[in-house]
Amino acid sequence: MELNDFIQKFAEQFEETAIELFTAETEFKNLPEWSSLTALSIIAMVDEEMEKRITGADIRNSSTIEDLFKLALSK
Amino acid sequence: MSYNPFTLEGKTILVTGASSGIGRATAIECSKMGARVIITGRNEERLEETYRNLQKADHKFIVSDLGEENGIQNLVSQLPAIDGVVHCAGITSNLPFQFATREKFDSIMDVNFYAPVEISRLSIKAKKLNKNSSIVFISSISGVFISSVASSIYCASKGALNGLIKGLALDLASKGIRVNSVNPGIVETNLFDAGLITKEQLAVEMNNYPLKRYGKPEDIAHAAIYLLSTASSWVTGANLLIDGGYTLK
Repeated sequence: MELNDFIQKFAEQFEETAIELFTAETEFKNLPEWSSLTALSIIAMVDEEMEKRITGADIRNSSTIEDLFKLALSK
Repeated sequence: MSYNPFTLEGKTILVTGASSGIGRATAIECSKMGARVIITGRNEERLEETYRNLQKADHKFIVSDLGEENGIQNLVSQLPAIDGVVHCAGITSNLPFQFATREKFDSIMDVNFYAPVEISRLSIKAKKLNKNSSIVFISSISGVFISSVASSIYCASKGALNGLIKGLALDLASKGIRVNSVNPGIVETNLFDAGLITKEQLAVEMNNYPLKRYGKPEDIAHAAIYLLSTASSWVTGANLLIDGGYTLK
Protein backbone atom coordinates (compact mmCIF):
# COMPACT_ATOMS: atom_id res chain seq x y z
CA MET A 1 0.00 0.00 0.00
CA GLU A 2 1.18 3.52 -0.88
CA LEU A 3 1.19 6.42 1.57
CA ASN A 4 -1.56 8.25 -0.35
CA ASP A 5 -3.88 5.22 -0.19
CA PHE A 6 -3.13 4.91 3.50
CA ILE A 7 -4.05 8.56 4.10
CA GLN A 8 -7.33 8.04 2.24
CA LYS A 9 -8.20 4.93 4.25
CA PHE A 10 -7.16 6.74 7.42
CA ALA A 11 -9.51 9.64 6.58
CA GLU A 12 -12.40 7.22 5.93
CA GLN A 13 -12.43 6.29 9.61
CA PHE A 14 -13.60 9.81 10.49
CA GLU A 15 -17.12 11.24 10.10
CA GLU A 16 -16.77 14.98 10.73
CA THR A 17 -13.20 15.98 9.91
CA ALA A 18 -12.72 17.59 6.45
CA ILE A 19 -10.78 15.40 4.03
CA GLU A 20 -8.27 18.22 3.26
CA LEU A 21 -7.03 18.03 6.85
CA PHE A 22 -5.53 14.60 6.26
CA THR A 23 -1.95 14.75 4.95
CA ALA A 24 1.24 12.85 5.64
CA GLU A 25 2.14 15.48 8.26
CA THR A 26 -1.23 15.55 10.04
CA GLU A 27 -0.79 15.07 13.80
CA PHE A 28 -3.85 12.90 14.01
CA LYS A 29 -4.19 12.68 17.77
CA ASN A 30 -4.72 16.47 17.84
CA LEU A 31 -7.82 16.23 15.63
CA PRO A 32 -10.93 17.14 17.66
CA GLU A 33 -12.68 14.00 16.41
CA TRP A 34 -9.91 11.66 17.60
CA SER A 35 -11.21 9.14 20.19
CA SER A 36 -10.65 5.64 21.48
CA LEU A 37 -13.17 4.41 18.87
CA THR A 38 -11.27 6.02 15.97
CA ALA A 39 -8.06 4.53 17.38
CA LEU A 40 -9.64 1.06 17.29
CA SER A 41 -10.93 1.76 13.78
CA ILE A 42 -7.40 2.65 12.62
CA ILE A 43 -6.03 -0.56 14.17
CA ALA A 44 -8.76 -2.58 12.42
CA MET A 45 -8.23 -0.73 9.11
CA VAL A 46 -4.49 -1.51 9.17
CA ASP A 47 -5.31 -5.17 9.86
CA GLU A 48 -7.90 -5.34 7.06
CA GLU A 49 -6.07 -3.31 4.39
CA MET A 50 -2.42 -4.11 5.11
CA GLU A 51 -2.71 -7.38 7.05
CA LYS A 52 -0.47 -5.81 9.71
CA ARG A 53 -1.09 -5.91 13.45
CA ILE A 54 -0.49 -2.60 15.21
CA THR A 55 -1.20 -1.89 18.88
CA GLY A 56 -2.41 0.97 21.06
CA ALA A 57 1.24 1.58 21.97
CA ASP A 58 2.12 2.00 18.26
CA ILE A 59 -0.58 4.65 17.96
CA ARG A 60 0.74 6.36 21.08
CA ASN A 61 4.28 6.32 19.68
CA SER A 62 3.25 7.87 16.35
CA SER A 63 2.75 11.56 15.86
CA THR A 64 1.87 11.98 12.17
CA ILE A 65 -0.07 9.78 9.76
CA GLU A 66 3.19 9.06 7.93
CA ASP A 67 4.83 7.92 11.22
CA LEU A 68 2.06 5.40 11.70
CA PHE A 69 2.22 4.26 8.07
CA LYS A 70 5.97 3.58 8.37
CA LEU A 71 5.47 1.81 11.68
CA ALA A 72 2.77 -0.41 10.18
CA LEU A 73 4.98 -1.22 7.18
CA SER A 74 7.79 -2.27 9.51
CA LYS A 75 5.58 -4.94 11.13
CA MET B 1 -14.47 -30.75 59.45
CA SER B 2 -16.84 -28.10 60.73
CA TYR B 3 -20.05 -27.03 59.00
CA ASN B 4 -19.37 -25.71 55.49
CA PRO B 5 -22.11 -25.68 52.81
CA PHE B 6 -19.61 -24.24 50.31
CA THR B 7 -17.24 -27.22 50.38
CA LEU B 8 -16.41 -29.06 47.16
CA GLU B 9 -15.16 -32.21 48.96
CA GLY B 10 -16.03 -35.31 46.97
CA LYS B 11 -16.81 -33.38 43.79
CA THR B 12 -14.97 -33.62 40.46
CA ILE B 13 -14.96 -30.32 38.60
CA LEU B 14 -13.93 -29.57 35.00
CA VAL B 15 -12.40 -26.12 34.46
CA THR B 16 -11.79 -24.89 30.89
CA GLY B 17 -9.40 -22.07 30.04
CA ALA B 18 -7.35 -23.12 33.06
CA SER B 19 -3.97 -22.08 31.69
CA SER B 20 -4.44 -18.46 32.76
CA GLY B 21 -6.59 -15.77 34.34
CA ILE B 22 -10.02 -16.61 35.75
CA GLY B 23 -9.72 -20.27 34.69
CA ARG B 24 -6.42 -20.75 36.51
CA ALA B 25 -7.70 -19.06 39.68
CA THR B 26 -10.93 -21.11 39.54
CA ALA B 27 -9.00 -24.38 39.25
CA ILE B 28 -6.71 -23.50 42.16
CA GLU B 29 -9.50 -22.22 44.42
CA CYS B 30 -11.69 -25.28 43.67
CA SER B 31 -8.79 -27.54 44.67
CA LYS B 32 -8.40 -25.57 47.89
CA MET B 33 -12.12 -26.20 48.58
CA GLY B 34 -11.51 -29.93 48.30
CA ALA B 35 -12.51 -30.68 44.71
CA ARG B 36 -10.76 -33.05 42.38
CA VAL B 37 -10.10 -30.79 39.41
CA ILE B 38 -9.83 -31.64 35.71
CA ILE B 39 -8.15 -28.71 33.97
CA THR B 40 -7.98 -28.03 30.27
CA GLY B 41 -6.42 -25.33 28.11
CA ARG B 42 -4.45 -24.76 24.93
CA ASN B 43 -1.02 -23.99 26.33
CA GLU B 44 0.61 -27.09 27.81
CA GLU B 45 3.37 -25.22 29.63
CA ARG B 46 1.01 -22.79 31.34
CA LEU B 47 -1.50 -25.57 32.05
CA GLU B 48 1.26 -27.50 33.84
CA GLU B 49 1.99 -24.39 35.87
CA THR B 50 -1.65 -24.29 36.98
CA TYR B 51 -1.48 -28.02 37.73
CA ARG B 52 1.55 -27.55 39.99
CA ASN B 53 -0.38 -24.95 41.98
CA LEU B 54 -3.38 -27.23 42.65
CA GLN B 55 -3.77 -28.33 46.23
CA LYS B 56 -3.74 -32.04 47.15
CA ALA B 57 -3.43 -34.78 44.55
CA ASP B 58 -5.33 -36.85 41.98
CA HIS B 59 -6.10 -33.95 39.65
CA LYS B 60 -5.91 -34.33 35.90
CA PHE B 61 -4.97 -32.08 33.00
CA ILE B 62 -5.99 -32.41 29.37
CA VAL B 63 -4.38 -30.18 26.73
CA SER B 64 -7.03 -29.26 24.15
CA ASP B 65 -7.73 -26.54 21.61
CA LEU B 66 -11.42 -25.75 21.94
CA GLY B 67 -11.26 -23.78 18.68
CA GLU B 68 -11.21 -27.12 16.84
CA GLU B 69 -14.14 -29.53 16.80
CA ASN B 70 -11.89 -32.53 17.40
CA GLY B 71 -10.44 -30.70 20.39
CA ILE B 72 -13.84 -30.72 22.09
CA GLN B 73 -14.63 -34.36 21.26
CA ASN B 74 -11.18 -35.38 22.42
CA LEU B 75 -11.65 -33.52 25.70
CA VAL B 76 -15.07 -35.02 26.46
CA SER B 77 -13.89 -38.56 25.62
CA GLN B 78 -11.14 -38.26 28.24
CA LEU B 79 -13.45 -36.97 30.99
CA PRO B 80 -14.40 -39.06 34.00
CA ALA B 81 -17.87 -38.55 35.54
CA ILE B 82 -18.00 -34.98 36.81
CA ASP B 83 -20.11 -33.00 39.29
CA GLY B 84 -19.59 -29.63 37.73
CA VAL B 85 -17.99 -27.62 34.96
CA VAL B 86 -16.81 -24.02 34.88
CA HIS B 87 -16.57 -22.69 31.34
CA CYS B 88 -13.80 -20.08 31.64
CA ALA B 89 -12.21 -20.27 28.19
CA GLY B 90 -12.85 -17.00 26.39
CA ILE B 91 -11.31 -14.38 24.16
CA THR B 92 -12.01 -10.69 23.70
CA SER B 93 -12.45 -8.60 20.60
CA ASN B 94 -12.11 -4.83 20.10
CA LEU B 95 -13.38 -4.27 16.59
CA PRO B 96 -15.57 -1.35 15.51
CA PHE B 97 -18.73 -2.85 13.99
CA GLN B 98 -17.93 -2.01 10.35
CA PHE B 99 -14.89 -4.29 10.62
CA ALA B 100 -16.81 -7.09 12.34
CA THR B 101 -16.92 -9.54 9.43
CA ARG B 102 -18.58 -12.95 9.59
CA GLU B 103 -15.08 -14.43 9.82
CA LYS B 104 -14.22 -12.29 12.87
CA PHE B 105 -17.58 -13.15 14.46
CA ASP B 106 -17.00 -16.86 13.87
CA SER B 107 -13.56 -16.84 15.48
CA ILE B 108 -14.94 -15.32 18.71
CA MET B 109 -18.23 -17.26 18.71
CA ASP B 110 -16.35 -20.55 18.24
CA VAL B 111 -14.45 -20.09 21.50
CA ASN B 112 -16.85 -18.03 23.64
CA PHE B 113 -20.13 -19.69 22.62
CA TYR B 114 -19.92 -22.89 20.55
CA ALA B 115 -17.11 -24.47 22.58
CA PRO B 116 -18.97 -24.33 25.94
CA VAL B 117 -22.20 -25.35 24.14
CA GLU B 118 -20.58 -28.45 22.64
CA ILE B 119 -18.67 -29.41 25.79
CA SER B 120 -21.95 -29.22 27.73
CA ARG B 121 -23.98 -31.09 25.11
CA LEU B 122 -21.48 -33.87 24.52
CA SER B 123 -20.89 -34.32 28.26
CA ILE B 124 -24.61 -34.67 28.89
CA LYS B 125 -25.08 -37.00 25.93
CA ALA B 126 -22.22 -39.21 27.17
CA LYS B 127 -23.79 -39.10 30.67
CA LYS B 128 -20.61 -37.71 32.17
CA LEU B 129 -22.46 -35.13 34.27
CA ASN B 130 -23.65 -36.68 37.54
CA LYS B 131 -27.12 -36.00 38.94
CA ASN B 132 -27.19 -32.73 40.92
CA SER B 133 -24.20 -31.37 39.04
CA SER B 134 -23.72 -27.70 38.24
CA ILE B 135 -22.75 -25.96 35.00
CA VAL B 136 -21.22 -22.49 35.40
CA PHE B 137 -20.56 -20.14 32.50
CA ILE B 138 -18.15 -17.25 32.97
CA SER B 139 -20.06 -14.61 31.05
CA SER B 140 -19.57 -10.84 31.39
CA ILE B 141 -21.34 -7.62 32.25
CA SER B 142 -20.82 -6.80 28.53
CA GLY B 143 -23.65 -7.93 26.31
CA VAL B 144 -25.87 -8.74 29.30
CA PHE B 145 -25.99 -5.56 31.41
CA ILE B 146 -23.89 -2.99 29.55
CA SER B 147 -21.69 -2.51 26.50
CA SER B 148 -18.62 -0.52 25.48
CA VAL B 149 -17.32 0.78 22.15
CA ALA B 150 -16.00 -1.71 19.60
CA SER B 151 -17.26 -4.74 21.49
CA SER B 152 -20.24 -5.84 19.38
CA ILE B 153 -18.79 -9.31 18.71
CA TYR B 154 -17.81 -9.92 22.32
CA CYS B 155 -21.20 -8.64 23.56
CA ALA B 156 -23.05 -10.85 21.07
CA SER B 157 -21.11 -13.92 22.27
CA LYS B 158 -21.91 -13.22 25.93
CA GLY B 159 -25.51 -12.27 25.19
CA ALA B 160 -25.91 -15.55 23.32
CA LEU B 161 -24.60 -17.40 26.40
CA ASN B 162 -27.18 -15.60 28.50
CA GLY B 163 -30.04 -16.94 26.39
CA LEU B 164 -28.47 -20.38 26.33
CA ILE B 165 -28.28 -20.49 30.12
CA LYS B 166 -32.02 -19.90 30.45
CA GLY B 167 -32.86 -22.59 27.91
CA LEU B 168 -30.41 -25.08 29.35
CA ALA B 169 -31.49 -24.48 32.94
CA LEU B 170 -35.04 -25.47 32.04
CA ASP B 171 -34.08 -28.45 29.88
CA LEU B 172 -31.67 -29.89 32.46
CA ALA B 173 -33.79 -29.29 35.58
CA SER B 174 -35.33 -32.77 35.27
CA LYS B 175 -31.83 -34.25 35.49
CA GLY B 176 -31.17 -32.17 38.61
CA ILE B 177 -28.46 -30.27 36.75
CA ARG B 178 -28.27 -26.54 37.52
CA VAL B 179 -27.05 -23.96 35.00
CA ASN B 180 -25.91 -20.46 35.96
CA SER B 181 -23.51 -17.72 34.97
CA VAL B 182 -21.08 -15.40 36.69
CA ASN B 183 -21.01 -11.95 35.06
CA PRO B 184 -17.80 -10.12 35.92
CA GLY B 185 -16.79 -6.53 35.24
CA ILE B 186 -13.16 -5.91 34.27
CA VAL B 187 -10.87 -8.49 35.88
CA GLU B 188 -7.10 -8.17 35.97
CA THR B 189 -6.01 -10.93 33.60
CA ASN B 190 -3.53 -11.16 30.78
CA LEU B 191 -6.30 -10.57 28.24
CA PHE B 192 -5.08 -6.97 28.54
CA ASP B 193 -1.66 -7.93 27.23
CA ALA B 194 -2.90 -7.82 23.62
CA GLY B 195 -2.08 -4.11 23.82
CA LEU B 196 -5.24 -2.69 22.25
CA ILE B 197 -6.14 -0.91 25.46
CA THR B 198 -3.45 1.29 26.98
CA LYS B 199 -2.49 1.31 30.66
CA GLU B 200 -3.58 4.97 30.83
CA GLN B 201 -7.08 4.07 29.60
CA LEU B 202 -7.28 1.28 32.17
CA ALA B 203 -6.30 3.63 34.99
CA VAL B 204 -9.04 6.11 33.99
CA GLU B 205 -11.63 3.33 33.67
CA MET B 206 -10.85 2.06 37.19
CA ASN B 207 -12.36 5.26 38.61
CA ASN B 208 -15.73 4.21 37.17
CA TYR B 209 -15.77 1.29 39.63
CA PRO B 210 -17.37 2.41 42.95
CA LEU B 211 -15.15 -0.07 44.83
CA LYS B 212 -12.13 1.59 43.15
CA ARG B 213 -10.42 -1.49 41.83
CA TYR B 214 -10.72 -4.07 39.09
CA GLY B 215 -11.73 -7.62 39.95
CA LYS B 216 -9.18 -10.23 40.91
CA PRO B 217 -9.49 -13.65 39.26
CA GLU B 218 -10.18 -15.08 42.75
CA ASP B 219 -13.24 -12.81 43.14
CA ILE B 220 -14.77 -14.64 40.19
CA ALA B 221 -13.50 -18.07 41.28
CA HIS B 222 -15.28 -17.68 44.61
CA ALA B 223 -18.58 -16.96 42.85
CA ALA B 224 -18.09 -20.09 40.75
CA ILE B 225 -17.43 -22.10 43.93
CA TYR B 226 -20.75 -20.93 45.37
CA LEU B 227 -22.58 -22.00 42.20
CA LEU B 228 -20.80 -25.39 42.21
CA SER B 229 -21.48 -26.12 45.88
CA THR B 230 -24.62 -27.41 47.58
CA ALA B 231 -25.02 -23.90 49.08
CA SER B 232 -26.65 -22.94 45.74
CA SER B 233 -28.87 -26.06 45.43
CA TRP B 234 -31.96 -23.99 44.61
CA VAL B 235 -30.24 -21.59 42.19
CA THR B 236 -30.64 -22.22 38.46
CA GLY B 237 -30.89 -19.96 35.41
CA ALA B 238 -29.33 -17.08 37.36
CA ASN B 239 -26.76 -14.43 36.42
CA LEU B 240 -24.49 -13.58 39.33
CA LEU B 241 -23.29 -10.01 38.82
CA ILE B 242 -19.79 -9.36 40.22
CA ASP B 243 -18.61 -5.93 39.16
CA GLY B 244 -17.44 -3.80 42.08
CA GLY B 245 -20.61 -1.74 41.65
CA TYR B 246 -19.83 -0.69 38.06
CA THR B 247 -23.38 -1.13 36.72
CA LEU B 248 -24.93 0.85 39.60
CA LYS B 249 -24.05 4.13 37.89
